[in-house]
Amino acid sequence: MYSPTILIEAVINGLLTGAIYALIALGLTLVYGVLHIINFAHGAILASAMFAVWGLKTLFGIDPYLSILVLATVFFCLGYGVQRLIIGPAAKGEDGNILLITLGISIFIENALLAGFGSDTRSINSDFAFSIVEAGPFLISSPRLVGFAGSLIVTALLWFIMSRTDAGKAIRAVAREKLGASLMGIDVGHVYALTFGLGCAALAVAAGLLMPTFYVNPRIGGAFVNIAFTIVVLGGMGSIPGAMIGGLLIGLVESLSGLLLGESLGQIGIFIIFILVLLLKPTGLFGAKA
Amino acid sequence: MLDVKSIRTGYGGVEVLRGIDLSVGQGEIVAVLGANGVGKTTLNKALSGLLALTSGSITFDGKPLGGSPIAAVEAGLIHVPEGRKIFPNMSIQENLELGSYRRGRASRARNMERVYETFPKLRQRMTQMAGTLSGGEQQMLAIGRGMMAEPKLLILDEPSLGLSPLLVEEMFELIKRLNADGLPIMLVEQNVVQSLEIAHRAYIIENGLVTMSGSAADIAADPDLKRAYLGL
Ligand SMILES: Nc1ncnc2c1ncn2[C@@H]1O[C@H](COP(=O)(O)OP(=O)(O)OP(=O)(O)O)[C@@H](O)[C@H]1O
Ligand SMILES: [Mg+2]
Repeated sequence: MYSPTILIEAVINGLLTGAIYALIALGLTLVYGVLHIINFAHGAILASAMFAVWGLKTLFGIDPYLSILVLATVFFCLGYGVQRLIIGPAAKGEDGNILLITLGISIFIENALLAGFGSDTRSINSDFAFSIVEAGPFLISSPRLVGFAGSLIVTALLWFIMSRTDAGKAIRAVAREKLGASLMGIDVGHVYALTFGLGCAALAVAAGLLMPTFYVNPRIGGAFVNIAFTIVVLGGMGSIPGAMIGGLLIGLVESLSGLLLGESLGQIGIFIIFILVLLLKPTGLFGAKA
Repeated sequence: MLDVKSIRTGYGGVEVLRGIDLSVGQGEIVAVLGANGVGKTTLNKALSGLLALTSGSITFDGKPLGGSPIAAVEAGLIHVPEGRKIFPNMSIQENLELGSYRRGRASRARNMERVYETFPKLRQRMTQMAGTLSGGEQQMLAIGRGMMAEPKLLILDEPSLGLSPLLVEEMFELIKRLNADGLPIMLVEQNVVQSLEIAHRAYIIENGLVTMSGSAADIAADPDLKRAYLGL
C-alpha cells in the first residue's frame, strides 16, 4: 500500500491541476450554454494564448502572471471580434455553420502557429517553476498553488458577472429565451460576442497560469480540450459550478489513477468516468433537463 | 401614438400581411381581432422590429420607427409576446430587472415596487424560478416585465391564452386598470367578446388584411361579425 503522505499529496496535486482544467472547461461550457455549439477552436485558442505568454516572457521578459492581465483583455477583445465579425455573420443563424466555422478557425490558427513557430516544444525557464511550499509533511509546488488560486478567482469573478450584472443576466436570458430577450432590447449578437470573449479571456488566464510549469507547441490544445470536454459532460453542459466541480474531480481521478495504475495509464480513469457519466447521468452533475 | 400605413411583410417570400393600416391613439385600448393564422402575431413582430417590412411605414410617437427591436424598445413600444417568453432559468426578480435592461433602468427600483403592487403574487415569489410559475403567473410576469420598460404603448399578444375563465376575467380587468392610468394598449386577441367589452376601438383582420374597423360598440353590434365570430 501507499503511505498516507503520498496519497494525500496525490489528492492535493490532483485538485491543483483540476482547477486549471476547470478554467479551460469554463469557456467551453459557457459558449455551449449560450450559443448551443461546441467551439472547436477552443484548443487552438488556448495554444495561441500559451504562445503569447511564452512570447511576452521570451522577447520582453514579462512575467507570465503579469501578462495575464494584458492577455485576458486582448483575448476578450479578439473573442468578441471573431464572434461579432466572423462567426456571427457567416453562420446566418445555422448552428451547423457555426460548428464548421469554429473548426475552420482552429485549423487556421494551428497552421499559423506551425508556420510561425514550427512544431518544436517550448517552455519558459524560471526559478519559480521549481519553488515549493512546505505544508507540514507535504510538499506543494508554488506555481500550481498560484494556478489553483487563480482559477478559483476567475470562477468566482465569472459567477459574479453572471449572477449580479445586467450583462451577465442578459447572457443567461439569451441562453434560454432569445426571442424574449430581443423584446427587452437585448442585443443578441452583442451577447453572443460577449460570451465568446469571456470564454477566450478565461483561456488566456489559464495559459498564464499554466506556462510557468508547462510547455507549448501548436498542437498542445487538443490534449487539454479532450479533458475539458469530459469535464463539461461530467459537470453538465453549460453549468459554471459544474465545470469547477467537474474539473476538480477529473484532476483528482487523473492524479489518483496515475498513482495507482502508473503515469501512462493515468488518463484511463478519465475516460472510464466519461463513459460512466454518459451511461448513468447523461445530463451531468449540474446539467439542466433538456 | 402609433400609425401603421399599408405594411406588407411575410416569411421567406410568403406574404402574410398584405397591406395593413391601423392606428392607436393616446389613452386608447385598441383590440386587434382575428382567427388563428390571420397574421396577428406577424403584425406584432413587424411593429416591434423582429420582422422587416417589405413595404409600408410605421410612425410611433410622431417619429418613424427604426426597424429593430432595440429601436422599438428605446422608443417605448413594448411588446409582451404570445407564449410569454419569460426567462425560465431566472428568478422573478431577475426577469423584472431585465425588463428595464434597455429602457427605464434609472427608475428600476421604483418601477419594480409598482409592478409588485400590481401583482402581489409575484412579490411573494420574488426568488422563485420563473419556469416554475403557473401559466397565469407567467402571464402576469410577462406583463410586469413589460411594465418595467416604462411603455408608451403596450402590445399584448393573446394575454388570455391558456388561462382559466376566472383568470381570463381577471386579466381583462387588469388590462382595463393599466389603461385607466392613461397607458395606450394594443390588445391582440381571439377572445372577441371580452376584448370588445374593454376596448375603445377594434380592427378585425382576415387573411392579412383589415376587413372591419370602428368603435368597439359598433363592431360588437355588427351582424356580419356576430355570424362570423360568435356563431349567432
Ligand atoms: N416563423 C414563421 N415562418 C414561416 N411562416 C410563419 C412563421 N410564423 C408564422 N408563419 C405563418 O404566418 C401566418 C400567420 O401567423 P401568425 O402567427 O401571425 O398568426 P396569428 O394570427 O398570430 O395566429 P394565432 O391566433 O394562432 O396566434 C400563418 O400562416 C403562419 O403559418
Ligand atoms: Mg398569434
